[in-house]
Amino acid sequence: MAVMKKKGEREVPAMSTTSLPDVVYIILFFFMLSTSMRDQELLVTYKLPEATEVQKLEKKNLVSYIHVGVPSLNMQAKFGTAPRIQLNDSYKTTKDILDFIAGERDNLNESDRASMTVCLKADENTKMGVVADVKQELRRANALKLSYASSKVLNY
Amino acid sequence: MAKKKNIPEINASSQADIAFTVLIFFLVVSTMDIDTGIVRMLPPMADPNVKQEDIKVKERNLLLVFVSGSGNIMAGGKVISLNALKDKAKEFILNPLDDKDLPEKKVTDIEMPDGSKWAYPVSEGVISLQNTRDTSYQVYIQVQNELTRAFNEVRDEVSMSKFGKKFEDLDEAERKVITKAIPMKISEAEPRKMAK
Repeated sequence: MAVMKKKGEREVPAMSTTSLPDVVYIILFFFMLSTSMRDQELLVTYKLPEATEVQKLEKKNLVSYIHVGVPSLNMQAKFGTAPRIQLNDSYKTTKDILDFIAGERDNLNESDRASMTVCLKADENTKMGVVADVKQELRRANALKLSYASSKVLNY
Repeated sequence: MAKKKNIPEINASSQADIAFTVLIFFLVVSTMDIDTGIVRMLPPMADPNVKQEDIKVKERNLLLVFVSGSGNIMAGGKVISLNALKDKAKEFILNPLDDKDLPEKKVTDIEMPDGSKWAYPVSEGVISLQNTRDTSYQVYIQVQNELTRAFNEVRDEVSMSKFGKKFEDLDEAERKVITKAIPMKISEAEPRKMAK
C-alpha cells in the first residue's frame, strides 16, 4: 500500500537567483552599447522644427553640436530671453564658431576630419538671420556638412 | 602535511544588486535619442584672391524659391502655398513634357555598377532658395523639407523604373547612379537685407 505523504511537509523550493546577475549584465551591456553619454548640459531651450525627410546622424563622435535658442529658465535673469548660441558649455557669439570648429576638428582622427558633421539644433522660432550668420561662419571654418536638426513626423 | 581545507564559496547574491546599480547609473547618464535632421552640404567659401566670375545660368534652368519674413513662399515668380511647392519642384526637376520654360536636359552617360552605360537626360535645373533675415527657421525648414521631398520622390520614381526598388533600398553603387542622374541642386543664397 502506498504511503501517503503528509501535505504539510511539502515545500516549494526557493527559486534559484544565481542567473539573475547574468540577466542584469546582459541588459546593462545592451544599454552601454546602444546609448551614448550625455555630454553637454543645455543652457538653452529649444523646440526643434518638424520635418518628414530627415536622415539619421550616425557616428556620433563625428558630430559637433551648435545649439541656438532662448536661455533656459534659471539663466534668464542673467542673460535675458534673446536667442543665444551655445557651444560646448557656455554662451558664445558667432565669432567663436571658427575656434570651436577648429578645436572639434583637432579632437578627431586625421582620417575622420573630412566626414565631420555639424548638427545645428535651433529653436523653430529663431530668425534666419542668426542661422545665416552661423552658416556663414561654418563656411569660413570649412565645416561644410551641416544637418538641420529636426524631429521626424510622418506628416503635417 | 596540512589538512586540505575547503575554501568557502563567495556569496554571489549581492552581485545582482551591484549590476543593478551600474545599470541604473547608465540609464541616468546616457541618452538614447538619435539625432535626425535634414542634411545639406554648404558651398565652400569663395577664395577672396580669385576674382569671382558670375556663373550665368539660363533663366529656364533656375527656380527661384523665396521665403519672405511673414512666411509667404514665392516660387518662380508666383506666390504658392507650401503644399503646392513639392509638385512645383518635381515638375521643375523632371520637366516631363520638355517644356521650353522648364530646365534643359543634357543626355549623360552614367556608368552602371555592372559596367554598362546608361544614357539619362540629366536636368540642368538649379533651385535657388532665398530668404530674408527675419524669416522664421520653422518655415525655412518646412521649405527645405518640401524640396528634399520632391527630390526624394523623383529619385524613388527613377530608381523604381530602373532598378525596380525604392531609392533607400538600393545598394551603394546603385544609389550613386541615381544620385548622378538626379543631382540635388539646391543653392542657398545668403539672405537678403531688407530695405530699412
